[in-house]
Amino acid sequence: MSNARRPIIEMKHVSKIYSIGGEEVRALDDASLTICEGEFVAIIGPSGSGKSTLMNIMGCLDVADSGEYLLDGQAIEKYSDDELAKIRNRKIGFVFQSFNLLTRMTAFENVALPLIYQGVGTAERKRRAMESLAKVGLEKRAKHRPAELSGGQQQRVAVARALAAQPSLILADEPTGNLDSRTGDEIMRLFCELNESGITIVLITHSEKVAAQAKRRIRIMDGRVEEVEAE
Amino acid sequence: MIFQSIKMAWEAVRSNKMRSFLTMLGIIIGVTALVVLVSLVDGAAGSITSEVENLGNDMVTVSVMDDKGAPLRLEDLSRLSQLEGVGLTSPSGSMTTTAKYLSNEVMVSLNGVIPAYYDIQGLELGQGRFLKTADVDNRSYVAVLAYDAAEELFGEEDVLGKRFTISGRSFQVVGVLAEEESMMSAMRSMMGGVSVYVPFTVESRMAGQPYVTSFCASADGDTSAAENALEQALLKRFQQDSDAFTLVNMSSISQAMDKVTDTLTLMLGCVAAISLLVGGIGIMNIMLVSVTERTREIGIRKAIGAGHRSIMAQFLLEALMLSLMGCMLGLGLSWVILQIFSHVAESITFAMSADVVGLAVGYSSAVGLIFGLYPANKAARKHPIEALRYDG
Ligand SMILES: Nc1ncnc2c1ncn2[C@@H]1O[C@H](COP(=O)(O)OP(=O)(O)OP(=O)(O)O)[C@@H](O)[C@H]1O
Ligand SMILES: [Mg+2]
Repeated sequence: MSNARRPIIEMKHVSKIYSIGGEEVRALDDASLTICEGEFVAIIGPSGSGKSTLMNIMGCLDVADSGEYLLDGQAIEKYSDDELAKIRNRKIGFVFQSFNLLTRMTAFENVALPLIYQGVGTAERKRRAMESLAKVGLEKRAKHRPAELSGGQQQRVAVARALAAQPSLILADEPTGNLDSRTGDEIMRLFCELNESGITIVLITHSEKVAAQAKRRIRIMDGRVEEVEAE
Repeated sequence: MIFQSIKMAWEAVRSNKMRSFLTMLGIIIGVTALVVLVSLVDGAAGSITSEVENLGNDMVTVSVMDDKGAPLRLEDLSRLSQLEGVGLTSPSGSMTTTAKYLSNEVMVSLNGVIPAYYDIQGLELGQGRFLKTADVDNRSYVAVLAYDAAEELFGEEDVLGKRFTISGRSFQVVGVLAEEESMMSAMRSMMGGVSVYVPFTVESRMAGQPYVTSFCASADGDTSAAENALEQALLKRFQQDSDAFTLVNMSSISQAMDKVTDTLTLMLGCVAAISLLVGGIGIMNIMLVSVTERTREIGIRKAIGAGHRSIMAQFLLEALMLSLMGCMLGLGLSWVILQIFSHVAESITFAMSADVVGLAVGYSSAVGLIFGLYPANKAARKHPIEALRYDG
């Protein structure tokens, strides 16, 4: 990694604690990490280690209990819910394990949704949504609903949706977890291509094999993060 | 953005047609109740009011119950008409009797009047002439028939100059009134028989009552001024006993009627408003279910950047759309029902006034917005993570 690159994610001593029935669960425990623009980072850890919690905080879906989080140099703690929604909308693209597409809408409508919330005009929205769908090779399936698509295709629609808003950061929480290994590889290749085009990608996985395809790996264990030295 | 929100709301309403329809049903029934009831009262009241006005709004009628030894004669009446504010006066007493033409017997209300009666009552001649002063002075056995009297008695229209008998006396028809199509005249002829007008002098002799026991007077300007003038004069004549006579002003009747119909409209309106309110609660109920069902959708929308306002607008518009569509269907249904009513009650047309339609639309929008507010707010305030995690 070159030090000249601008950090996009900076976490300093971030903790997230859930207390259920008087018992404390440290989902994130004093986690510090920096991710720079253009990186392809995999975050690996076993189930329950705090990966999703970490991603939710990175993605401004949740806020930490303590510590400091800078996204693009801006301290997230200061923003209201609505401002966070705007940040998510413009800077971050999400890809979830369970696809999370709106089932009543077509692939095209799903992809265009973030642009609606951005206030992009109809013609421009159509152009950009189709462009995103083309990037994942699904322009012919634009009119299909999620139920009419295979799992891999659904995940590609989800990736297209993440791309439509032209974010600088894509956060993927186990994007291949629900797919067979061949379709999983397909999605991973897509991520590699996107990374080559300059988008920062943070990928969460519990599979060493998937993580091996990333340029940098961060291990998480019981809420504590540690860098895995590149071999 | 607003167009997109409308589209989203429409998709949601459309995607579950049966549920949407059932939700709307409350509003449909409420709006129909409101519009139909108010329009019915309005229509009926309008036609009754115009009937009353036809009877002569500027007319005062007087009945003498106790003459205190100073009975009214025809000469006294003409003296009363000299009073300040009073126009014309005419006896208006009637008796119910049987008229005969050949073998045909018809129950008639025999009115003993003078020529002024025609103008006071605002009658309209169809053919021939009305009674003349000479008929009264000479006690001529001539009669003017109401249109339906001519029809019932003779069974034809060309009756001028024909003769019929009442109590063995032969009368000659000199005039027939114009056809009158109103509820009032229908009611009158049902209760007291059809009307026949003869000179007062003839009727009073037949009734064995030479005095005037009831009369009508037109006003010369303000009706209540005429009413006052007559009241003062009669009090003076009947030893200040206000129970000796009754005096009715037609405009006060129509005012009272207006008050009754206003109250009725308000009451029915309230009933309908309550049923609309119930419809609103139905909308809130379904919207709450819908918000819970769509928790995950809300989570996804929030994750990809929907703000509080976007989610709020989406669900609020959905509630508004349900109530407004219900309102439109209700208005359509009301229109059909009112057409049917108008068809059945031939003499009255029931129409939806723009006021009622405006009221229905405004009220349903308000109901939709108010009852949509809580579910929409509930949706907008969902935490994105918890919403995404929800599986239902
Ligand atoms: N909303 C919550 N309430 C209480 N505890 C929670 C909540 N969310 C997460 N946790 C706890 O925090 C810890 C980390 O959870 P997290 O979802 O981040 O794990 P994960 O690494 O993503 O696991 P997986 O690989 O199974 O998805 C777990 O022990 C979990 O029980
Ligand atoms: Mg997880």
